[in-house]
Amino acid sequence: MSIKVPSVTSRRLNQIPSSGIRKFFDLIVSMEGVISLGVGEPDFATPWHIREAAIYSLEKGYTMYTSNLGMPELRRELSRYLKDTYNLDYNFESELLITVGVSEGLDLATRAILEPGDEVIMPDPCYSAYNPCVILAGGIPIMVPTNEENNFELAAADVEARVTNKTKAILIGYPANPTGAVMSRDKLAQIAEVARRHRLVVISDEIYARLVYSVEHTCFATLPAMKESTILLGGFSKAYAMTGWRIGYAAANKEVIAAMTKIHQYTIMSAPTMGQVAAIEALKSGEDSVTEMVEEYNRRRLVIVQGLNDIGLPCFEPRGAFYAFPSIKGTGMTSEEFAEKLLIKEKVAVVPGSAFGQCGEGYIRCCYATSLAEIEEALSRMGRFVKKHKK
Amino acid sequence: MIKEILKILENDARTTTKQISTMTGTSSEEVAKIIKQAEKDQTILKYKTIINWDKVGEEQVGAFIEVRVAPQRDVGFDAIAERIYRFPQARSVYLLSGTYDLLVLVTGKTMHEVADFVSQKLAPIEGVQGTVTHFMLKRYKEDSEILEGREGLRRQPVML
Repeated sequence: MSIKVPSVTSRRLNQIPSSGIRKFFDLIVSMEGVISLGVGEPDFATPWHIREAAIYSLEKGYTMYTSNLGMPELRRELSRYLKDTYNLDYNFESELLITVGVSEGLDLATRAILEPGDEVIMPDPCYSAYNPCVILAGGIPIMVPTNEENNFELAAADVEARVTNKTKAILIGYPANPTGAVMSRDKLAQIAEVARRHRLVVISDEIYARLVYSVEHTCFATLPAMKESTILLGGFSKAYAMTGWRIGYAAANKEVIAAMTKIHQYTIMSAPTMGQVAAIEALKSGEDSVTEMVEEYNRRRLVIVQGLNDIGLPCFEPRGAFYAFPSIKGTGMTSEEFAEKLLIKEKVAVVPGSAFGQCGEGYIRCCYATSLAEIEEALSRMGRFVKKHKK
Repeated sequence: MIKEILKILENDARTTTKQISTMTGTSSEEVAKIIKQAEKDQTILKYKTIINWDKVGEEQVGAFIEVRVAPQRDVGFDAIAERIYRFPQARSVYLLSGTYDLLVLVTGKTMHEVADFVSQKLAPIEGVQGTVTHFMLKRYKEDSEILEGREGLRRQPVML
């Protein structure tokens, strides 16, 4: 006889959706021969010289905690990098924090600035962690619809229309997951103007900053009057293929970094030491590797976008990250239906766009961080599938 | 543009013109033209395939031969190098700095075959002062390709 035990988990968690892909994951691992375009990380291992630097540090016994803020050498290199790349001056002693990936950076940023009930404006669709992080920090996410006609860019006017006296921040991430969208300097400057007028903090997730194709990435903190009010989140996961190392950084003014560090020092202590060592090596000597990987992603991007359009899944051209976000509306199915049927019938895994917000409904996310051969095969299978199910 | 195309072909010689056209954002006609010209002026020397012969039981023996040479008046090392590389057994021939002059990669079916080639055909060449033969025991990586022990990717199949 089973006795119903009262739940012990916090009811706050009911506000956070459970992962939209859990059952997918289970389905995929139970099947053989699946080509997954549902991955979310590079198919390259971290460049050898970076791994080697970390291995050497382990041999030398560098296995202790580092300073809460992160190794001074890493912060110095980072400060130099941000100066060289964006002409931004961040004091390595007080304006940079090494975090456990951008994931932790996002968690810290929201918890550091939000009072209970504060609103945070963000685009829809967007990376699936934005919503939960804001809720966990006691805030309220305010979603702004974006659409294919505007290349999924966030319109400043739409943002401004949603500003209330409870709005604390704008949360954006360009280049974007899941859409691959990149915003131009001009359009971002318009958003910056809204932030400035209403004295909003901007949290800018720029993890895909290096993965841009034929366009320039605009660092939000470089926009007029934005450096003081931007919390810049960056990392090494995508550019240097260091997803598993869990290393990222936050760059912001002294007050914000101190607040984020306060939380970080109690919850994390310090980011993984061997990851920090690897990051130093990446900043010092990783440029060629990044360029090579980006060139390869670009080749695949061209192939997959062309291929998706050819098989009847119209796809706007993504200029950043490594995702294509084609529309499946022509099949009359929902994103979830499409993804599930495609997986079962043709053994190709994609992520339903609805996992990223309401405006993602009618789209699927295809990651092209996988070999050309796999992309071609996946396209061939998807083409077959679309032919059978076109309305 | 030509360098991009060459990089793609160097990595996979079987990439079709259409695929290259998509990957570089250039028209198929332009790509075909560039490739044809590159073949004509020998920028593209040949299209080859890298085979791991051990897998079909065709064992090959390889050896690196250090060759010390007395350079000839007026022509230096070139004439001797040419005499050597005319032999099909000499797969690769390089002029190096250091303690010896030419490095020759020789392949054959057996150690005997290689040794015979060195002693009967290579060493007696006029101008060759001496040779040192190093037999290859194991090939780990050739032409950017790792021959064995490549690990598959261990990624989470789905990640948001």
